[in-house]
Amino acid sequence: MNITRNLVAAVLMTIVTTLILGIVYPLAITVIAQVAFPHQANGQLVERNGTVVGSAIIGQGFSSPGYFRSRPSAAGAGYDAANSAGSNLGPTNKKLIDAVTANVEAARKENPNAPVPIDLVTTSASGFDPHITPANAEFQLPRVARERGMSEADLRSLVAASTEGRQLGFFGESRVNVLELNLALDAQYPVAK
Amino acid sequence: MTLNGWLQILFFLLVVFAVTPLLGGFMARVFSRQRTWLDPVLRPFERLIYRLTGVDETHEMRWTEYAVSLLLFSVVSMLVLYAMQRLQAVLPWNPQGFAGVAPPLAFNTAVSFTTNTNWQAYSGESTMSYFTQMAGLAYHNFVSAAVGMSVAIAFIRGIAQKEKDTLGNFWVDMVRASLWVLLPIAIVGALFLVSQGVVQNLKAYDTVTTVEGAKQVIAQGPAASQEIIKQFGTNGGGFFNANSAHPFENPTPLTNFLEMFGIFAISSGLTYTLGKMTGSPKHGWAVWAAMAFLFLAGVSVAYWAEARGNPLLTAAGADQTATAMSPGGNMEGKEVRFGIANTALFATVTTDASCGAVNGWHDSFTPLGGLVPLANMQLSEVVFGGVGAGMYGVLVYIILAVFIAGLMVGRTPEYLGKKIQAFEVQMAMLTVLIFSLMILTFTAISSVSPGFGTSSIYNPGPHGLSEMLYAYSSAAANNGSAFGGISVNTNWYNTTLGLTMLFGRFFMIIPPLAIAGSLSRKKQIPASLGTFPVTTPLFTALLVGVIVIVGALTFFPALSLGPIVEHFMLNAGQVF
Repeated sequence: MNITRNLVAAVLMTIVTTLILGIVYPLAITVIAQVAFPHQANGQLVERNGTVVGSAIIGQGFSSPGYFRSRPSAAGAGYDAANSAGSNLGPTNKKLIDAVTANVEAARKENPNAPVPIDLVTTSASGFDPHITPANAEFQLPRVARERGMSEADLRSLVAASTEGRQLGFFGESRVNVLELNLALDAQYPVAK
Repeated sequence: MTLNGWLQILFFLLVVFAVTPLLGGFMARVFSRQRTWLDPVLRPFERLIYRLTGVDETHEMRWTEYAVSLLLFSVVSMLVLYAMQRLQAVLPWNPQGFAGVAPPLAFNTAVSFTTNTNWQAYSGESTMSYFTQMAGLAYHNFVSAAVGMSVAIAFIRGIAQKEKDTLGNFWVDMVRASLWVLLPIAIVGALFLVSQGVVQNLKAYDTVTTVEGAKQVIAQGPAASQEIIKQFGTNGGGFFNANSAHPFENPTPLTNFLEMFGIFAISSGLTYTLGKMTGSPKHGWAVWAAMAFLFLAGVSVAYWAEARGNPLLTAAGADQTATAMSPGGNMEGKEVRFGIANTALFATVTTDASCGAVNGWHDSFTPLGGLVPLANMQLSEVVFGGVGAGMYGVLVYIILAVFIAGLMVGRTPEYLGKKIQAFEVQMAMLTVLIFSLMILTFTAISSVSPGFGTSSIYNPGPHGLSEMLYAYSSAAANNGSAFGGISVNTNWYNTTLGLTMLFGRFFMIIPPLAIAGSLSRKKQIPASLGTFPVTTPLFTALLVGVIVIVGALTFFPALSLGPIVEHFMLNAGQVF
């Protein structure tokens, strides 16, 4: 066994493979991605009236009652897309139970009659889940319809248009894209000012 | 639990099963240096690499030289990664202007990525420049996986060969694993991920004004090229802090499926490679069956526990029942597009293998849902396992299983025609003992040290013990996932977890190589009536038994003080 020879090989191999796998490969993928899928590769930014208002797949905070609200966030000060994070609260942590209890109480004030969907009162994993469940949208629907002065039936069909089923009819779960839905609301049923 | 959820889980296993012979057969050809359809493109590259690095591709190494080359390569590339992090402020592609990484964290991260653990005591989008991510972290995602595959192949050669001193050439195996297996998958897969919405750019973070007028900074970067190898190389270190829960790493159910499939693909294929190269395809499938059984057991418990939800949240008034409009269940720390089934499945897969990527937070799982990933790691990740690492890990268990079977019938145990003797069993036991020693010792010290151990706990009560136990299990098993609430960017945790990762990697590699070297030199003895067959359901059952008993006996006391007692307290309505 020749240790020196293998040590030299180790140094040179690190350099050569770093060039191939660490520089050339990711740059080549970047170039191809930017040419073939520029919209996706750059984060699917959404514009309204010429200004960027967010990314189609990054959730953002909505607080006014005329909008559908995103799931609670534990990322930074809330929906901080430069500090993705979940709450990491454990199942027996009093802080978790208190937070969910408070969220449930707030939700019941707006819609006292329906069961409170779990995704409406728990924080997401990324901190900016772009989606809510159809049950969550249905729960918020009376409030939004009231605020916008529109019928629940009209709003329900708008929600349906922003609802994605399981991918290829099989994978994942049904979901409603909150930003897309709120932008559609603003475009079609602006809040009376 | 829903029918669709179960069908998604079973479909996943079916796809893994279907790809196993294809990928396994291909790898057998690659490492036996037979012609493949990629040769016209890759052979010239390969020869160029050997010319540049002075490697003689015809040179055969004994197990000792194989181990030394592997260690030299690991040390050198680890030092480069350390330097790269320290110097990233003056290196290119740093649009956010991140400073150099502090020494203890840079050490921990360098060890973490070199050992295929990808434990992360940092948050990617606020710490690492694009250069460090690409040339440092993503690079190690390739080569640490290639190193693991090389060891697995060397071990398989040791079993298959007769009276031969050498196990192959480490450099050649490593290069062929990178070029023939990992790189082609990464190129095709990365582009598919981009098409689904995984970002791939070098621009500065976007600052946008949201619909309601708030400022939102959106982190960007070359994520897709790293994401794909992070999964297929069972590395698991997220480009972003939220890992595969981040919509820019894992935007759709299809990317989620590919990312889970990637974790198992190569390790599952290697069971077929084992059968093929040792001339006993049925043995490969018998090993696969043991792994599939343990996988199904784990995912069933995790899915059941998470779908059942958290009774305390039901008491608080939240509705966790599954309906057509909501998957229900424990949605704390989970994403709507994945729901319960795909998060429980991901958690099981990522800890069966030594991946450690997550698409939801294990710390927020129910106690029994969180027990599954913890226990999976404590079985030392042989349920398909890490790329290569799962194979040499399970071979150690196979030797123990054959040894125990031999003891029961009172004959010298044999494995595929090779006598299993004292040396092999000693080496096998060494890996088992060091693994559990690292986990239990450091967890014990941490749990009685308020100054530096328990002070890092985030969730009080038994869950806090689970957080520490999880951290050391994850480091020793080279997994890298975490009960993420615990604060591990401290000197104590960075140092001890770093050491645990090093031991968990190299004490799992060197004894198996020694076993391979010893087996390789032995004569092949023909099977007789007294030989314990390793191709039957009985063997599969025995292997499952040995894996579970070794894991259960070692870790059951610790688990019962953590997740198990927490489960009963949760049901009794106790909070902390």
